[in-house]
Amino acid sequence: MDTLIGLWDTFGRDWPYLATLIEILVKIVLIVAPIMLLVAYYTYAERKVIGYMQLRLGPNRVGPKGWLQPIADAVKLMFKEVILPTGANKFLFLLAPLITLAPALAAWAVFPFDEELVLADVNAGLLYILALTSVGVYGVIIAGWASNSKYALLGAMRSAAQIVAYEIAMGFALVGVLVAAGSLNLGDIVRAQAGGIFSWFWLPLLPLFVIYFISGVAETNRAPFDVAEGESEIVAGFHVEYSGMAFAVFFLGEYANMILISALAALMFMGGWLSPFHGWPILGPLFEWVPGIVWLFLKTAIFAFLYLWFRATFPRYRYDQIMRLGWKVFIPITIVWILVVGLAVVYELPWWFD
Amino acid sequence: MSFERIVFFAFAAILIYAATMVITRRNPVHAVLFLVLAFFASSGIWMLAEAEFLAIALVLVYVGAVMVLFLFVVMMLDIDLATIRAGFMRYLPIGLIVAVAMAALMIMVVGPTNFGLEQIAAPERLGADASNTEALAMTLFTVFLYPFEIAAVLLLVAIIAAIGLTLRQRPETKYQDTGKQVRVRKGPDRVRVVSMPAEKKLELK
Repeated sequence: MDTLIGLWDTFGRDWPYLATLIEILVKIVLIVAPIMLLVAYYTYAERKVIGYMQLRLGPNRVGPKGWLQPIADAVKLMFKEVILPTGANKFLFLLAPLITLAPALAAWAVFPFDEELVLADVNAGLLYILALTSVGVYGVIIAGWASNSKYALLGAMRSAAQIVAYEIAMGFALVGVLVAAGSLNLGDIVRAQAGGIFSWFWLPLLPLFVIYFISGVAETNRAPFDVAEGESEIVAGFHVEYSGMAFAVFFLGEYANMILISALAALMFMGGWLSPFHGWPILGPLFEWVPGIVWLFLKTAIFAFLYLWFRATFPRYRYDQIMRLGWKVFIPITIVWILVVGLAVVYELPWWFD
Repeated sequence: MSFERIVFFAFAAILIYAATMVITRRNPVHAVLFLVLAFFASSGIWMLAEAEFLAIALVLVYVGAVMVLFLFVVMMLDIDLATIRAGFMRYLPIGLIVAVAMAALMIMVVGPTNFGLEQIAAPERLGADASNTEALAMTLFTVFLYPFEIAAVLLLVAIIAAIGLTLRQRPETKYQDTGKQVRVRKGPDRVRVVSMPAEKKLELK
């Protein structure tokens, strides 16, 4: 009874709490809904882009120029049966797709879309994002184990080893960013890059930038690092047994993760919401009117396009070569460059860190 | 009852439930997943105690890396419960003694006599802009620099020891030398030009 009265005291009598709760929920919907829409049309863009690269038209039957294709796909997947394999752990089997999707959406909470536009302006925003993206791997591993299937387990094993290896390289690349920016707050990281295109971090941190994006491709299990799926070797890897909506959630999670990695690359190395002509004599004032979120979107789109381009052009990596690239090439390079950046910051090297 | 208390008790209940499940579950994969849940719950409690850096680092390091490797190993084990439980009754008495001794020690150290608001006053709430990460780094890299570096060296020794223990040369296995592969030249190493004598000219009759 005391507890109930306490609950009433907290939520019922103090209306501000409820108002805050509703406000936060509305904000979450305002962030998540466009992202889900973006994910749907990202799949359409992928099929179109790869289609044109292979001299085909891609989807062009549903709606004008095939624009309604993602909606048709979504409806189809929703009405398909979700089959539970015999001997599968039902709870974990259905939980796994959600674990893949949830971190990819939750990470947007600390993401600054603009100078002001951010849901939670957290001090340790970069750490929060690192922690959340590292949780996503559980979806793949649990799916592989709970499916009670050999191919799924093989896919999960490959994925676990790969993601752990590339997460270290990615983490080190981000350590370089935080040393250069002197802050873990994502907004402050963008503010530290203030200026035109040549004062952003992609130039002084060029090796880290390249390693970050390649590690991001490996983390999301995308071509050429898609050995976890490896359709020519292990059928479809960790999600062989999934069908219908359970599969669709995996699919959403993968694309949401890709968009997140692209957006983070834009934020941390390409100046986020900053205009590329900021502070330039003629072009600077000419593009002053463009809102920051447009620049952010354009930069994110470039990286998102790179993902599709990679998939259309590169053959799949061999597994031992993936491991060698992660452990023996990327990690040493990042460590050396962190040292270089540290020295540059301490001795206030001109151009970027003075 | 304040909102904070409700959150604390919720996390504490989840933590205790998950920790109990870790040691009672038969299936080791389930046990590992419950351990992950326990880490999340304790991370939530640390977050309440305004230790954001530690809370996030717990998820990042333990959940994101260590437990993934745990799962990796446990999933590949072929578990035979009969052999595991074979010595259970034989080791039960000594196990019980150790367990009771541990519990008694823990109660003595972290029991109500040493902790609680009477012994140590609650720290004041920090402002919204207080950076836990910065405060931690400031103490860690100034006051506790030597212990920090000694710990780092110990970890390095452990890494080298682990690699040294598992590294073995197997002459029967064929390895690829990536350095050699990279150094292959386009002309002489890949293509061999063979000069063969021309065949005899065909004579038409």
